[in-house]
Amino acid sequence: MLKRVHYGSSILPFLLVAPQIIITLVFFIWPASQALYQSLLLEDAFGLSTEFVWFDNFADLATNKLYYDTFRRTAFFSVSVAGIAMGFALVLAAMADRIIKGALTYRTLLIWPYAVAPVVAGALWVFMFDPTLGIFAYALNVIGVDWNHKLNGSQAMALVVMASAWKQVAYNFLFFIAAMQSIPKSLIEAAAIDGAGPVKRFFTVIFPLITPTTFFLLVVNVVYAFFDTFGIIHAVTQGGPAKATEILVYKVYNDGFVGLDLGGSAAQSVVLMIIVIALTVIQFRYIEKKVEYS
Amino acid sequence: MAEIILDGVRKSYGKVEVIKGVDWKINDGEFVVIVGPSGCGKSTLLRMIAGLEAITQGEISIGDTVVNELEPSERNIAMVFQNYALYPHMSVYQNMAYGLKIKKIPKDEIDKRVQRAAEILELEEYLDRPPRQLSGGQRQRVAMGRAIVRQPAVFLFDEPLSNLDAKLRVQMRLEIKKLQEDLGITSVYVTHDQVEAMTLGHRLAVLNGGVVEQLGTPIEVYEKPATVFVAGFIGSPSMNLLDAELDDKGGAVTLAGGAKISLPEPLGAQGGRSVTFGVRPEHLKDIGGDANSLRLSLNVRVIEQLGADTLVHGTLGENGTELVARLEGIRAMAPGDVLDLNMAAKSIHLFDSKTGRRLG
Repeated sequence: MLKRVHYGSSILPFLLVAPQIIITLVFFIWPASQALYQSLLLEDAFGLSTEFVWFDNFADLATNKLYYDTFRRTAFFSVSVAGIAMGFALVLAAMADRIIKGALTYRTLLIWPYAVAPVVAGALWVFMFDPTLGIFAYALNVIGVDWNHKLNGSQAMALVVMASAWKQVAYNFLFFIAAMQSIPKSLIEAAAIDGAGPVKRFFTVIFPLITPTTFFLLVVNVVYAFFDTFGIIHAVTQGGPAKATEILVYKVYNDGFVGLDLGGSAAQSVVLMIIVIALTVIQFRYIEKKVEYS
Repeated sequence: MAEIILDGVRKSYGKVEVIKGVDWKINDGEFVVIVGPSGCGKSTLLRMIAGLEAITQGEISIGDTVVNELEPSERNIAMVFQNYALYPHMSVYQNMAYGLKIKKIPKDEIDKRVQRAAEILELEEYLDRPPRQLSGGQRQRVAMGRAIVRQPAVFLFDEPLSNLDAKLRVQMRLEIKKLQEDLGITSVYVTHDQVEAMTLGHRLAVLNGGVVEQLGTPIEVYEKPATVFVAGFIGSPSMNLLDAELDDKGGAVTLAGGAKISLPEPLGAQGGRSVTFGVRPEHLKDIGGDANSLRLSLNVRVIEQLGADTLVHGTLGENGTELVARLEGIRAMAPGDVLDLNMAAKSIHLFDSKTGRRLG
């Protein structure tokens, strides 16, 4: 802790933190409080009258079967995205950790997808899997799979899960490889002398030692799947067909900006806000728990 | 129980050769210390024996088996690492049992071996603790325990004491020596610390630039260093090495400062060349000396009082070559004094200046 006396009574410290505080107030606190206020209002579709209805919007959500369906869908979606993205990244990192020649090239190439904007990633996957134009759709047809994600809800879900997971693999890979490289080499060598093969070493030594990173990534991936996949879903399926890929954040948009139920939409964003706050608290708890390697 | 034989072992990283042909035989039950400056290839050599580094050329056998192509786990070795390499997520017990579990040894046998090792190393109370709750010396012991329970044919130590403080290092040094004697397992120990090397090993291998300069018992290495490098590396403070000329008959040397010293045993045919003249600081005396002893006079520059000894730094003549003498006890003298030193004829060493090899 710095002592007060270092700054005296100058306004310099306030000036220094002002930009951050102003940005937070304008772009985070103000919209959030707007959402909170809006969630207590009921507005007609034309925006002509507004009524203060206390918690009616939340009560509606709590009794709405469609909302619970969306909840379940979102849970399935996030678990799938986090699972696939982390599983893939873990395998790739474990391989990359073992190679020496060309490691940098390999790693650099693996990081590229992270630099692709969500909507562009979505467009990419739409092209590849387009039922009439897509090369993958064609290939799937050849092997006897009737691919049409525009009509088939499960296929649509599979597609958005793949697209979302693909984008997140790079991020997870970076963290996993960093964690693996911080394990002292002699530990791996000691395990090799103890007779553990590469697979055994991975499961008994490497994986347990990167658990904190895995926990951290799990939270980050769930948050990603909950919120940052909007662009992908919007580009690939628009939540369809028949709401098969409508997750919570997409429903907020759909109900609010398409359905013009501003109050209900705001209430849903408040629920999402609570979820993200909870996840962030968990994340901070784990990020502070550092591993001790030796 | 096994002997280790290295036959023309070489190691290159690309074009850089770091081990340039090592041949030796380590006998069953012997304790060999590899000592050398950092970057001399000593750890690489040990890791090649362990199987952690590939062998570029030559052959390594443990027991009767050539192990070149064998995995580390198949070589029947145990290794103790400099940073101990304990598994941080396992208890002391699990750390020691890990290798045995992989070998699918029955549970009660594992338990017996771990308990026995814990007893030897006085770790019984700590078996349930994770390594991070142990002190440096205890972690070191766990690493030893992990090596013991495997009942290997060979122990390999890679600078196991260099992370410990000075006092603990002396204590662990004794424990390792005792343990090796009790178990009688062939051991190879790498260190840069010459005290460890001298005290632990039955034999030492002095390694420099990927070449074994000398392989011999500690006393051989001290009394008859084979090369200038060994002479300068073993001993503290290190041996005084002076440029000199050997006369044609090989009967006397002339030091750079002009002092002439006649040799007790003329070198005859090896005469008439530039040599390096070596004498250890502890073999220079300022008292006693008989008619046969060789004499030098030293212009004192700096005096270091160590209590037990006094180190006198000075030059031969006014501005000649620098020299150190280690005199017993506490001496009263001041910079600027001239000190008459003598040395026994048998305590001088001569090396060829070109090859660095010992003469005579």
